[in-house]
Amino acid sequence: MPNLKEVRNRISSTQSTRQITKAMKLVSATKLRKAQEAITKMRPYAEKLSQILANLKDSVKENEELLRYFEKREVRKVLLVAISSDRGLAGAFNANVIKTTKRLLGDTYKHLDVETDVEILYVGKKAYEILKNVFQNPHNTAHMNLFAHLGADQAFALTDLLIQKFLSKEVDEVCMVYNSFKNAATQVVKTETLLPIQTLENENQKGQIEYIFEPDKVGILGDLIPRTIKTQFFKALLDSHAGEHGARMVAMDKATENAGELLNNLKLQYNQARQAAITNEILEIVGGAAALDG
Amino acid sequence: MHLEIITLEKVLFEGEVDSVKLPGTKGSFEALNNHAAIISTLDEGNIVVKQGTEKTNFEIKSGIVEILKNKMIVLA
Repeated sequence: MPNLKEVRNRISSTQSTRQITKAMKLVSATKLRKAQEAITKMRPYAEKLSQILANLKDSVKENEELLRYFEKREVRKVLLVAISSDRGLAGAFNANVIKTTKRLLGDTYKHLDVETDVEILYVGKKAYEILKNVFQNPHNTAHMNLFAHLGADQAFALTDLLIQKFLSKEVDEVCMVYNSFKNAATQVVKTETLLPIQTLENENQKGQIEYIFEPDKVGILGDLIPRTIKTQFFKALLDSHAGEHGARMVAMDKATENAGELLNNLKLQYNQARQAAITNEILEIVGGAAALDG
Repeated sequence: MHLEIITLEKVLFEGEVDSVKLPGTKGSFEALNNHAAIISTLDEGNIVVKQGTEKTNFEIKSGIVEILKNKMIVLA
């Protein structure tokens, strides 16, 4: 039988753990709601952008400057953007990004030397902490604390860097690994090629409208194409951010549940031990009385 | 004319307006009711929205505008 005091200590520590996990769950739920709102808010922008693009995309072929965004080169150097979170305790959220990154480099890009030909840009601390010892390219960079105040400006600055590296042929492909947000309970790890641009999506095949283009079609496309890449990247960041809080909420909910279960078992143990002690005492008294009666 | 100014983070403005002054790449221009369909890029500057006598200012770094059938959308 375990000792009474020991069990009592375990009960109180489990109780406080449960309280913490419960609080963390509530915090994550609030943050998740905000993160989801941010995704909803960018949607009209993204939709309008692709609509305008749909009107113009035929003009891409006429201009070499624009075709550079679509140019498929033999992949000798690749830039990988691994989007994880700054904080842990979010279930398999970060582990999935790390696993997928490793698999990508061991599989799709296995012909590349990870120390010279693969450049990794980490967003978020967790993937960086684990992978920095595995992939040691001196050019690898880490961007942390981006999620504390996630704004379009920071995302745009990063994307500018990515675009410039691709256009200057420093890298032949830019690829993102991130958790895409399905719903509060599910995140799906996605691998997306940011550059070269695969296709320009085109949902509305409405009749072409006769617009005046200012300065001209090519000039507008020169502005629009980087903008869509930025939007795509920003969307990935927002998705990952919402996914992080969703994953943490679920993880903490499970933890709270488990703590409750543990607590029930401990209480049972405690009562059993207490009852055993009482029975023992009665036995002793009865024994003593019987000896006196002798 | 209906105007929407949207950024990636939020909707800056939405409503009926009389005229809008825009910092177009090829020079600033003002759009009134029944403007022809146009798509134009915008430079850094101010968007001045007029509703009656009331004027509202929005600063943008860059953007793109589409005007179609008295509906104007600015992506900033």
